[in-house]
Amino acid sequence: MLYALLCYHDEDFVCSWSKDQDEAVMAKLAVVQEKLAKQGRLGPVARLLPTTAATTLRKDDPPLVVDGPYAETKEQLLGFYLVDCNNLDEAVEVARELGEANPGGSYEIRPVGTFRPGGALA
Amino acid sequence: MTDAAWIDAALTSARPQAVGALLRYFRDLDTAEEAFQNACLRALKSWPQNGPPRDPAAWLIMVGRNAAIDDVRRGRREQPLPDDEAISDLDDAESALADRLDGSHYRDDILRLLFICCHKELPATQQIALALRVVSGLTVKQISRAFLVSEAAMEQRITRAKARVAQADVPFETPGAVERSERLVAVAAMIYLIFNEGYSASGETAELRKPLSEEAIRLARLLLRLFPGEPEIMGLTALLLLQHARIAARFDAEGSLILLEDQDRSLWNEPMIAEGLALIDKAMRHRRSGPYQIQAAIAALHARAARPEDTDWTQIDLLYGALEVVQPSPVVTLNRAVATSKVRGAQAALDMIAPLETRLANYFYFFGVRGALLMQLGRNDEARTAFDRAIALAHSSAEAAHIRMQLDRLMRDGATATAQAGR
Repeated sequence: MLYALLCYHDEDFVCSWSKDQDEAVMAKLAVVQEKLAKQGRLGPVARLLPTTAATTLRKDDPPLVVDGPYAETKEQLLGFYLVDCNNLDEAVEVARELGEANPGGSYEIRPVGTFRPGGALA
Repeated sequence: MTDAAWIDAALTSARPQAVGALLRYFRDLDTAEEAFQNACLRALKSWPQNGPPRDPAAWLIMVGRNAAIDDVRRGRREQPLPDDEAISDLDDAESALADRLDGSHYRDDILRLLFICCHKELPATQQIALALRVVSGLTVKQISRAFLVSEAAMEQRITRAKARVAQADVPFETPGAVERSERLVAVAAMIYLIFNEGYSASGETAELRKPLSEEAIRLARLLLRLFPGEPEIMGLTALLLLQHARIAARFDAEGSLILLEDQDRSLWNEPMIAEGLALIDKAMRHRRSGPYQIQAAIAALHARAARPEDTDWTQIDLLYGALEVVQPSPVVTLNRAVATSKVRGAQAALDMIAPLETRLANYFYFFGVRGALLMQLGRNDEARTAFDRAIALAHSSAEAAHIRMQLDRLMRDGATATAQAGR
């Protein structure tokens, strides 16, 4: 089963990392990702630009385009993984490993309902 | 990240909010800063043992406030930190405080803190120094290095700025809507100044001054998070990101300036450009353009061009025209002339800058542009005179070296022309 690991963290905090700190975290995460990729379990990985760059389409009639999401809550969605796991325990284990590489914040583990891989992007 | 790195990042990110709130309590910059320092010391001791608090900023405000109140009560400046027991039930108090902090005060505290630093009675250099010290928490040593002055001189500059702020009538009430937008303009201008201090560095000092640009970007992002619906703040942040994205390509190994059209575009920072483009796209949808947005839109057109010849000069010319309307200045017109020369030729550009000469008589870049335009028209003697003038006015060896390169090209072309004529 595919699980989405949604990465939440305080944006103020993550944006305060120096370039070196940022690179160190990314390097540690890459180790875990590499392992999952070798096992053929890693789907797309995305790091999102800050929420200040986001725009939201409210599905009213007619649809309304607004700035945001406004980051009023403590933690923001900053990125996500798609990982193939046999069960929730495995998914939690993956999240735990990623969390050790990048402490703080939280991962929301969400089973994927529909998945279309799409075409090649890059 | 290690514990130390984590704590470091947490203290940095909590700083503006914590110092801002402490300033609201104590109404004195020195007391607020000292209280924050005390709280940081306590955090370095307590967090590795007890784990990080739920809300670092709230924790620091609480501890800082208590320490400073004790300090004031006992009427002594040198005060040992309170015992661990004294703050042992901080957890409960912290969550209550955190809930209150999540509310409206947060934004106003930080805005007030930034606003105090850009107080209109302070000269620009003091504004910048004060903001870097108080809001960013850079050490005097770091700031003095970036400004290429001695530590003693920088210390004095900051002390003076603080003394002026203490004398000035600083409003501590929650600002109203009109006042807030005025403050926002002043704060944005101060952040832009900090950025330019770093950006206008010459080749030799670029590495040393880069932290200033990076800090300005951090402050712009902070401001944008406080005011996520303000198109001009989106524009400012986009502008700084798009400009800074080119930093690795701006100087050659000898420290000479490389013009935009000669830069190795593969050295441009792609994620930064992506963020800048996303922000300016978003800002433009508001249809409330301002100087930062227009400048960012110009930078975006450069960033979108994969090769220099793909640059949409027509659009850039129009944008500079718009900038001339909202922010008229001879320098803007001079920049526009460069775009105009690409669209309508060197003569049109030369006509455009001719009336600027008296006002830009001491401006290096004016004579550089004029020399380049005259060179394109084959008026080489006049071009040489303009370039000589530019070199005399150059502020850095990088600027002078750049013009000398143009002069060399002129000499070379001149020699070829003479040889051909003589044949």
